[in-house]
Amino acid sequence: MFKTLISKHPLTSIVGVLFLALISFSTSSYGGELLVYSSTDADNLKYYMQEFQKDNPGIKVNVVRESTGTMAAKLMAEKDNPQADFLFEMAATVALNMEAQGMFHEYTPKGMDKIDQRYVDKTAPVTWVGNYGWAGCICWNRIEAEILGLPKPKSWADLANPIYKGHISMPNPASSGTGYLDVSSWIQIMGKEKAWEYMDALHKNVAVYTHSGSKPCKQAGSGEFVIGISWPGRAIKIIKAGAPIDMIIPEEGIGWEMQVVAIMAGTDNLPDAKRLMDWTLGRGMSLFGERQSIIADSSKITKDPDLPGFYDEVQAKLINNNFVWAAANKTRIVGEWKRRYDGKTEPKK
Amino acid sequence: MLASYILFFLLFLVFPLGTLIIKSVQDQNGNFIGLKNYLLYLQEPALFQSFFNSLFIAIVSTIIVVILAFSFAYALTRTCIPFKGFFRLIALIPLLSPSILAAIALVYWLGNKGVLKALLFGNSIYGPIGIILASVYWTFPHALMILSTSLSLSDSRLYEAAEVLKTSKLRAFLTITIPGARYGIISTAFVIFTQVFTDFGVPKVIGGNYNMLATDIYKEVVGMQNFQMGAVISLVLLFPSLIAFFIDQYSRKKQISLLTSRSVVFKPKKSFGVDSLMLGYCTFITVIILMMIGMAQFGALVKFWPYDLSFTLKHYQFEVAGLGWESFYNSIRLAFYTAIFGTIIIFIGSYIVEKLKSDERLRGILQLFTLMPMSVPGLVLGLSYIFYFNAKDNPINFIYATMTILVINTIVHFYTVSHLTGVTVLKQMDKEFESVSLSLKIPLYKMFWKVTLPVCLPTIFDISIYLFVNAMTTVSGVIFLYTYNTTLASVSAIHLDEQGDVAAAAAMAMLIVYVSVLVRIIHTVFTKGILRRTQAWRHDTPNAANDVTKA
Repeated sequence: MFKTLISKHPLTSIVGVLFLALISFSTSSYGGELLVYSSTDADNLKYYMQEFQKDNPGIKVNVVRESTGTMAAKLMAEKDNPQADFLFEMAATVALNMEAQGMFHEYTPKGMDKIDQRYVDKTAPVTWVGNYGWAGCICWNRIEAEILGLPKPKSWADLANPIYKGHISMPNPASSGTGYLDVSSWIQIMGKEKAWEYMDALHKNVAVYTHSGSKPCKQAGSGEFVIGISWPGRAIKIIKAGAPIDMIIPEEGIGWEMQVVAIMAGTDNLPDAKRLMDWTLGRGMSLFGERQSIIADSSKITKDPDLPGFYDEVQAKLINNNFVWAAANKTRIVGEWKRRYDGKTEPKK
Repeated sequence: MLASYILFFLLFLVFPLGTLIIKSVQDQNGNFIGLKNYLLYLQEPALFQSFFNSLFIAIVSTIIVVILAFSFAYALTRTCIPFKGFFRLIALIPLLSPSILAAIALVYWLGNKGVLKALLFGNSIYGPIGIILASVYWTFPHALMILSTSLSLSDSRLYEAAEVLKTSKLRAFLTITIPGARYGIISTAFVIFTQVFTDFGVPKVIGGNYNMLATDIYKEVVGMQNFQMGAVISLVLLFPSLIAFFIDQYSRKKQISLLTSRSVVFKPKKSFGVDSLMLGYCTFITVIILMMIGMAQFGALVKFWPYDLSFTLKHYQFEVAGLGWESFYNSIRLAFYTAIFGTIIIFIGSYIVEKLKSDERLRGILQLFTLMPMSVPGLVLGLSYIFYFNAKDNPINFIYATMTILVINTIVHFYTVSHLTGVTVLKQMDKEFESVSLSLKIPLYKMFWKVTLPVCLPTIFDISIYLFVNAMTTVSGVIFLYTYNTTLASVSAIHLDEQGDVAAAAAMAMLIVYVSVLVRIIHTVFTKGILRRTQAWRHDTPNAANDVTKA
């Protein structure tokens, strides 16, 4: 056995050289630059980062963007040796866990006193700030609805009506932040027992649970299902792409989740990271406002002429979401949801 | 020699996975808690459902794929049908296309607004039917690759003997062809079974609420960032590979070399009945594949499916951060490095396992290692690479966040099928070749260089193309490992789909397909000369049709 280990075969050297060659074309350096991890929409992110670099010519921003869950998993896995300097947008319910694990660097950005105080980190030391939010909504395909003769729903409660059986797609709260936002908001709006009763009834109508919060609106947009439980930013995008979609803001109110920014603990470029954090609440806020996000400073919103009533309508319907409660109880609520609907779901015919 | 491969797997497979597996006996803060996570998992209501769903989907898909691919491989290697090169090229397309493309195409054909929805008789594509269809589609080329390798070499003397003895064609097929390809069939069945069992791409996009083990991992890791539970489920997923390993061990004992040093190479004879039947069959499969890819291309060129079908090129202006055209060039670089380094590493590895005399226990360990990557979902492998290679005290942590780690991850991720292909071809060469060379005092490396390598060249080229196209399309592993300057086209297609640009996602995915087809064609032209020289022994005359190498 020992002999095989040290056998001097000519092929050994070939393989050895290959391993070395593989390792040798490694290059990595972030010095003087800002490595930003983000989960915001890729198209918007490109625009924001270009603008930030225009405003700050000395800073080179490098971006890694993934969907919320993948980004969060990557960040958590890198926790002991963080790569990123800055986290540009992460769902608050996830970010609160990161804060608890000491993953953020302490910093109070300029202008934090001027924004809506629901977006502010209230536990000292301040490590993050919310700058915009996203909410729940219903995407309604009017062409398919007309073909099927379905009446337009006005509320979450309407979706439990058996006439919608097989016509609804909804994100799975176990894999989608939007899905959890809906479930946790129903519990807050309706109360625990009523909410589970509601979901029992809704479950009978849902054709498919998806793993992404955007997918239901896309499916509604292409007529796969008439109703997609999704979020307004995606709805607007799909409407503008040409889909026959109406966005419905249910009258009971909509759950929402804020996106937060934070400096990563262990960054080697603290000064630039601070500038990005300040920028997010300054000029960045206006840019978010241009793109119809629900932002932390309503004075900076630019209303879209195509959707004049949109912003006020969404803003008026936002529930008073308890993020801390939603983050702390996620495992329990999702566990209950899985127990009720996930284990026994069979695809609908 | 063998030891350096064991070291390779320890470093790039076993240790990384170990760091993740350890989490299965820890709580969220890293404290040891014994088997508590496992007990918790056993109480999950969805567990048994998921397990049986996974088992059901994997078994049904495997049976369908093995039958379809065996017939196709038979047509390509044992009949005289025309257009073999074309059929082979088309059959490879599912391999060239990111899984998102198959999902888009399936929905456009068979979804609720699908053109051919009536074919499902009221059943939904979002569930087991969709998962099986998509799984069969993407695993078909993998099966074809191993099966056509195992059918391409056979001893013509056996068939001559059968003919002389007036054995019926059917009997000859059942007693010569099938037993000869048995090892290939068993390997294929386990490769396909394990691939479908562990894949989460397909069930994630088309599975709806049909739970499978692989999507359960996705939900735990990506949905809840619960690595501990993800690790527990990953361990459950490793079981098939262990079973595969033991069956492989068992079947290899029964395998006899088909190509002995006295063999006469089999050359198919014309037969109107069989040839027409097989031509029809290959055309049928080809049409289905072209329908899938054609629909995806169509979807990328219309304004808004299904409501505005007018033509547009605007979906090719990829509007995503850092994931436009530059990611496309990165993907080509990754594919190129993976193909070159991967082919050399893997083929020499399969030679060592198959031909070199070495300690049986070490060989057994290496064999187990080569089969493991197949049963590790890319997501699990990618995540474990973060834990292992990003650790502060790992001396080689400098490869983290580089192209190198992407290349290594991709080679390891796609190791098994390439390795099995290599082993399959080597197994068919008589050990006598090595004995003769020893008795003639020719060093083994000379023998490898002068005989083994040339004989196996078509297969080696197959392996390199396989690695190239997989590197172009892979998502699950690399999605955790790329960084700002190593973004990839396949990831970009996922992002485009996520942000609602289904058409742009299809456009990006089709670009990947075209590059892979182009590389495949260049590769064929480029290697034709080499193959004609090295493969002349397969033919009586230099001009005879070269069935194995034509594609």
